[in-house]
Amino acid sequence: MLKTFTEKLGKTTLRGVEELGYSLALLVESFYWLFFGFRRRQAIKLPSIFAQMMHIGIQALPIVAILAFAIGMMLAIQGIATLKTFGAESQVVLGIALSVTREFAPLIIGILVAGRSGSALAARIGTMQIAQEIDALRVIGISPVRYLMTPAMLAMLVMLPALTFFADLIALFGGGVYSSLELGMSLQAYADRTIEVLKIDDITQGLYKSLVFAVIITLVSFVNGFSVTAGAEGVGKATTRSVVLSITYIIIADMVFTFFLTH
Amino acid sequence: MTNQTDTQTNAAIEVDDLVTHYGTTRILNHVDMQVNTGEIMVIMGGSGSGKSTLLRYMLGLHQATSGSIKLLGHDITKISAQEMDDLRKNMGVSFQGGALFNSMTVGENVCLPLHEHTNLDENTIQIMGRMKLSVVNLGGFDDLMPAQLSGGMIKRAALARAIVMDPKLLFFDEPSAGLDPVAAAELDDLILRIRKALNTTIVVVTHDLDSTFRIADRITVLDKGKILMIGTVEEVRNSDNQRIQSLLNREARHVEINADEYLKELTGQKE
Repeated sequence: MLKTFTEKLGKTTLRGVEELGYSLALLVESFYWLFFGFRRRQAIKLPSIFAQMMHIGIQALPIVAILAFAIGMMLAIQGIATLKTFGAESQVVLGIALSVTREFAPLIIGILVAGRSGSALAARIGTMQIAQEIDALRVIGISPVRYLMTPAMLAMLVMLPALTFFADLIALFGGGVYSSLELGMSLQAYADRTIEVLKIDDITQGLYKSLVFAVIITLVSFVNGFSVTAGAEGVGKATTRSVVLSITYIIIADMVFTFFLTH
Repeated sequence: MTNQTDTQTNAAIEVDDLVTHYGTTRILNHVDMQVNTGEIMVIMGGSGSGKSTLLRYMLGLHQATSGSIKLLGHDITKISAQEMDDLRKNMGVSFQGGALFNSMTVGENVCLPLHEHTNLDENTIQIMGRMKLSVVNLGGFDDLMPAQLSGGMIKRAALARAIVMDPKLLFFDEPSAGLDPVAAAELDDLILRIRKALNTTIVVVTHDLDSTFRIADRITVLDKGKILMIGTVEEVRNSDNQRIQSLLNREARHVEINADEYLKELTGQKE
């Protein structure tokens, strides 16, 4: 019993260390191709980056707008209701501005992109793996990391901060709409007050977080996609695993990030 | 880097004392073989004989435990990644399921190596792609997606992609698997035509005997990771080796049972 438990623990730890090592190797390799690909006559092609940016960023705009607006409204509703007890409703603008830019926008975008694009990437790579398309790329002399991962990584690194900034604006607007209805302040006054209380650091804090989330989502999706071995079921498992792991790592990273940025 | 001896012996592919493992299980056991330039070598053997593994190592997809594999005089167990990239431009591979990229049209699939490895203008690339598609009797199919093709057509499109760079080495993994006899025979004819036209060195991994006897110059017979025999079609047919004869006569294998190992297997003990 104890032996089985120890064996399992050992195997799980070993797998975790292996996966961490593999992730780091993939990270280094994807940046190697970005900066030195042209030396190996395998430069990164712009159309593939734009295609990924389209999928990860542009096509996500409608759902981001809806989520961000709802979150802004939700924060305003909660904020006003809570602050009413102290008679400090007018402070809701500060509450919304800081929590949206520092916390909610990057976190919600990270979770949304992990669910939407991270799963799609893991499923695509997993399917390519079992259909021998990854092997086909390698024997043609095309590095799968350069051809598939680096464009996705770049697109994530550009689009996650962009989506986060977009979500900042829409969530602040959502909060403003509710606040103006509830407190009778004009949207203009709300906007002025938001600009007054927000510091550039609040916004960049959220954007830095989104860069870390971009790396997490890409790495987790590709590690799981490349590791698929067992047919269609394997692809399903890898997709689920990559979404669950991405979201877990994002939330943990967010906590660590927030701790250091507020100290 | 070019090896003088190889040029003299006319060997396009030289596998020397190759040992490979999957985890702790030994798959290939001191394999030696040579494929001469312009020759069609068929590697055959039963399931689990290691023939597909041997192919994957020849393609440089895995790192061998020991031994060497020389392709066109370059030892792929030792060369740099850049040299391997250059060597791959002289290699074409047709995988068992075709391995066409499903997100691209047939034409884009065939032209991909040209886009990646040459500086030719788009028009020339398109023309070369269409030429290769007509070589495999798929002229006019370049705008279709792989999902719209039949099994035989996928294999032929994969072959067009494999030969688009006019490679010196061409590898096939189970070309006739999943094809009806007519489609399989057509693919065999294509393989012969390509060799005649381009003097390509061809390695085919298959368990299809009809196809083997139709196309092979020489045959390598693998069994349990070891080479049983390398010889011409006639030599293999006339071999008095019992394993080879049962393979040729499609006889069922006798499973050798070791009582101790069987007991371990039943009780789920590993080592």
